[in-house]
Amino acid sequence: MRTVIFRTIAPYLAALMVLFSIFVLLRGHNEPGGGFIGGLIAASALAIFGIACGVASVRRAIVFHPMGISGFGLFIGALAGVLSFFNNQAFMTSQWLIFDFFGVEVPLSTPLVFDIGVYLVVVGAIGSIALALEEREAD
Amino acid sequence: MAGPSVSVDYADAMITAPIAAGDWLIVAPSLITMIGGALCLMLRKNTDLQPKLGIALLGALVLASLALLIRVLDHGVITMVMGNWLPPFGIAVTADALGATLTFIGSVVAFCAGLFGMKTVNSSGRRYGFYPFLLLLMTGVCGSFLTADVFNLYVWFEVLLISSYGLLVLGNDRIQLDGAVKYGVLNLVGTNLFLIATGLLYGIFGTLNMADIATKVAALDNPASGTLATVAALYFLAFAMKAAAFPVNFWLPASYHTPNIVVSAVFAGLLTKVGVYALIRIFVLILPASREYMADVIGLVAILTLMTGALGALAQTELRRLLGFLVIAGIGSMLAGLAVGSTLAISGAIFYAVHSIIVMTALYLAAGIMNMMEGSYNLRQLGGLYQRNVAFAGVFLVLAFAVSGLPPFSGFWPKVILVDAAFGDERFWLGAAILVSGFLTTMAMGRVWIYAFWRGGPEGTADGQSVAVTASSPPELAGGAVWLPLGVLTALVVYFGIQPEWMIELSTRGASGVVDPLGYLRSVLGEQG
Repeated sequence: MRTVIFRTIAPYLAALMVLFSIFVLLRGHNEPGGGFIGGLIAASALAIFGIACGVASVRRAIVFHPMGISGFGLFIGALAGVLSFFNNQAFMTSQWLIFDFFGVEVPLSTPLVFDIGVYLVVVGAIGSIALALEEREAD
Repeated sequence: MAGPSVSVDYADAMITAPIAAGDWLIVAPSLITMIGGALCLMLRKNTDLQPKLGIALLGALVLASLALLIRVLDHGVITMVMGNWLPPFGIAVTADALGATLTFIGSVVAFCAGLFGMKTVNSSGRRYGFYPFLLLLMTGVCGSFLTADVFNLYVWFEVLLISSYGLLVLGNDRIQLDGAVKYGVLNLVGTNLFLIATGLLYGIFGTLNMADIATKVAALDNPASGTLATVAALYFLAFAMKAAAFPVNFWLPASYHTPNIVVSAVFAGLLTKVGVYALIRIFVLILPASREYMADVIGLVAILTLMTGALGALAQTELRRLLGFLVIAGIGSMLAGLAVGSTLAISGAIFYAVHSIIVMTALYLAAGIMNMMEGSYNLRQLGGLYQRNVAFAGVFLVLAFAVSGLPPFSGFWPKVILVDAAFGDERFWLGAAILVSGFLTTMAMGRVWIYAFWRGGPEGTADGQSVAVTASSPPELAGGAVWLPLGVLTALVVYFGIQPEWMIELSTRGASGVVDPLGYLRSVLGEQG
């Protein structure tokens, strides 16, 4: 698999895929997309990068252990539901913060935080499995 | 947001009244463990911090579930609907006496296991996630006890199963993988049946909210029709697999002796009881007509489960396998309560579930301590434990009496209630089976007592002789981390035996809440229920 063409193109491809996954994540609230599918795209970016340049360089690039990323995703996903406590509403009731940013309406919300949490859980879990499988192959 | 602005009356779709802060206690058990599990997962390289954080979180879980139980006893059934959407569209989480009691007892057991795990789970086990898995297991267990939505029940089952797979293979021994494959395959089949049955149920009623289904079933002309009978049979098979009832019980003794002893203790205490809880919830609350229709089958399964468990325990020489069969025998007693189905019988089943959660966990922990002392789980090699530690021998005897259903310990009262209910319903075989199973269990535990405690040393030691006790005590036994959990659980066993009124009242409330579910339906669906 480690041809020159693949090794040259893989970092760019992986970077593009991560960028695209973030785009998919952000458009997910009202249109097709969202945390789960975005996370899958990002995890496949990690897998491609791993196949081309080795698992060690992926682990260096993402800094944290994939399971740690997963844990953080679960953490913020769960916390996003808790904010409604302070508003006397039920668990997971969405809270919105809509403000004007140089004439553009920016809606921030707890569903977005939850979606980011899902994204990180999927990246971490699937990425962790993919990297473990690729490592085995190298043995 | 960005779109044509339409004036919407949110009151049609959403709950607009403020939610009392106390109602958050319903989600607190799952939430504490989920957030805590995520934290532990992030910090899993820090093996010194793990046990402290894990035990603190499990302690918080015990407090939260106790507060929830007290609130449920004060206010009756309480419900919170996720995201403020009106039920049956919003997903409801409901705490009634049954769910809250089991959540509380389950939390206590998990806390004890977390404490015990401080000494028995080494740093590699911690790095591979003993505490995160234990916490996430509790997320699933508490979620199952408190959800009011059939599909969410399935999701929580998955959460607890995935965590249990992780706990089961912790340590990576060959035998563990063997046990995990058997456990995994059977549970996979079970959850798939559960999912299929849930799909059929949704197809029939177009709703997954338990209270909503229960009202729709009650309104049917023929609530025991063929389609519903199919759904009920599928549910029974799926949950019987989880609970390890007779024809599908083989996976339990084949897998529960493989992992770390504290993991076995949690599994034996909690997992099968979640299956029994689901049976009670589905068959008594949602499909009461199908339960009546299937009562004879359930009764037969209960009798066979009681017998297999007790006879299997008599035949074993491996202590953990022996205890595994006793778990199965206990499941038989609970199924007997379900077969009779009166408020009295269900309350007996609930009390028995509570008793079984505590006593089975305690017995596995005791087995772990026996292994620490003698380096074996095999009855042929154990011996002389009475000379080694008289107090521990006393504790073991208490637990042995309790699991056999002898007075004055916690196993006695639920058996009295169940036998009484079975005879009252003219199911004499069922009552007799409970009594015979109890008798056989007494023999099995007596065997353990004679071999491991009374006999002077390993097999072959002559009567009256004793092998000299090695002076040094293993380092794991120093300090309270091993003794405290066993002490707490034994104290509960004694307390529920001598003062059973509190637990009888709790389980009667739990049982009448599902047998006559008006309060439950009102709480979920509002006054029209």
